[in-house]
Amino acid sequence: MKNRIRFDPMRLGIYTLLTLFALLFLVPVYVLLISSFKPFAEVQDLSRMWLPPKQPTLESFYVAWYGIPEKGLRGLSLNILNSLKLTIPATIISSMLGSMNGYILSKWKFRGADILFALMLFGMFIPYQSILIPLTRVIAAIGLGGTLWGLILVHVVYGIPITTLIFRNYYAEVPTEMIEAARIDGAGIFKVYWKVLFPLSLPGFVVVIIWQFTNIWNEFLFAVTILQRPELQPITVALRNLAGSQIKEWNVVMAGTLIAALPTLLIYIIMGRFFIRGLLAGSVKG
Amino acid sequence: MSQARKERWIAFLTLLPSIILLAIFVYGFIGWTLRVSLSAWDGITPDYTWVGLTNFNHLFTKAGGVSAVRFRIDLWNTLFFTIFFLLGCVMVGLILAILLDQKIRGEGVFRTIYLFPMALSFVVTGVVWQWIFAPGTPSRPRGINALLGLFGLEQLQWRWYTSTESIGPFHVALIPVIIAAAWQMTGYTMAMYLAGLRGIPEELREAARVDGASESYIYRRIILPMLRPITLSALIVLGHISLKIFDLIYTMTGKGPGFVTDVPGIFMFETTFQGNHYAQGAAISIIMLVMVAAVVIPYLVSSLRGEVER
Repeated sequence: MKNRIRFDPMRLGIYTLLTLFALLFLVPVYVLLISSFKPFAEVQDLSRMWLPPKQPTLESFYVAWYGIPEKGLRGLSLNILNSLKLTIPATIISSMLGSMNGYILSKWKFRGADILFALMLFGMFIPYQSILIPLTRVIAAIGLGGTLWGLILVHVVYGIPITTLIFRNYYAEVPTEMIEAARIDGAGIFKVYWKVLFPLSLPGFVVVIIWQFTNIWNEFLFAVTILQRPELQPITVALRNLAGSQIKEWNVVMAGTLIAALPTLLIYIIMGRFFIRGLLAGSVKG
Repeated sequence: MSQARKERWIAFLTLLPSIILLAIFVYGFIGWTLRVSLSAWDGITPDYTWVGLTNFNHLFTKAGGVSAVRFRIDLWNTLFFTIFFLLGCVMVGLILAILLDQKIRGEGVFRTIYLFPMALSFVVTGVVWQWIFAPGTPSRPRGINALLGLFGLEQLQWRWYTSTESIGPFHVALIPVIIAAAWQMTGYTMAMYLAGLRGIPEELREAARVDGASESYIYRRIILPMLRPITLSALIVLGHISLKIFDLIYTMTGKGPGFVTDVPGIFMFETTFQGNHYAQGAAISIIMLVMVAAVVIPYLVSSLRGEVER
């Protein structure tokens, strides 16, 4: 560095643009924050709708979380719990399935394995509308209609393609020599997985778990068609109902939105690196 | 049976549960939906009476009445939504990636900000952008209109997603929806382009600089052509998302007045699960599937074939 302070209009322009874009991207966050910390009386005042609250209050978070039972307004606490009960098992099961599948499809290719893999992958691109009618019928027929377990099953099944894809690409990086070495020592197919692949799998699992957790938490279409009972609905469905109600207390809606967004947002902020890897894996080529 | 053969069988058997599940839940169910789309099922109880292509016919011809009008609007909306959504995501994503590739201090912070909407549910996005673009009334403007009013720009106020105006077959009410969708997904293209830019060896740029090439020449002639496969991937992934979009629009605006913001995903959901017109819903979903398949299958085939050759 020759000059400590060097004025470079080009770089100033780049930083200005980047900052401008960043501010634009944050407008919805600003809106969420200022509205959710306002009391109902203030959120009614349209002249102040873009201004921060005069006296910030947690009132709307309280109402969004606990509801107002006497006015028939349900709190979202129950729906957050439902989302957790749904998302955690579905994430764990589909990650384990994906890990086994990915291992087989990368290290034990049998004849036709690649075509099979392509056929599996297609399942993650289909519009789910095209399987929704039979799905609701079958889920009801096997006694899981309107239950969280029904929805868990759905997320596990339709999670197989993406979890398999990520693990397959992940395991493809593991040198074949490591597997051959274990085979010479007499290890079978599962022992190789358990002794060689699984211990190396932690980063792969982190990517898949974050990806699945985020997607299942955020999902709406399956949830709204399979779970009609309000007390079982996950957070996305409950939030949409809250926002779609006639008398709209926007401060409560925004507080509810923030509550719904917080879990995946926190994961993203803390583990962004792994989130991006899952994101890029979705475009098929790893 | 030889050891190797036995193990190949075990490998296959390990995959079998997943294969069976997907065979039923993807391919079996698609076949079933196709059958429903060719049936007379119009009510709560299933009715598999064969009616041929009648349901499709009613979506495309005058015989369908309001359904045909609505579906025609849906297809136009999907087309315009897809074009502008893809353009927005690819252009802004590329610009952001190139800007971020200039050895930026605080790159991590900028990247985190551009990408965070990807971690949110479309429902969350829909609720917030519904607030932002809610027009209010001329005397009591809300959202963006209120903001414009604060700056004395009343002449720029309009009805946003409740507007029934259109330019040709393009409903202007789609503009706010496109902005919301692009806000959510632009970070994705940015991340893809940034990964692509980082994959281009620095020596390549150095060599070009030594040869006296300007920075803009390096970008235009060397870097952008190398990013072309990424653009293709982004277009396919975003394109198939936009063809089947549902939750964002359903939450933000619904079908809108005169179907100005309606799309096949919303039509299918409402006609099937609120109107009990199962056969019609199935027909719509089959058309959605065909559109998505037309985009995705060639991509999957070439992507996996390239992998075999590698």
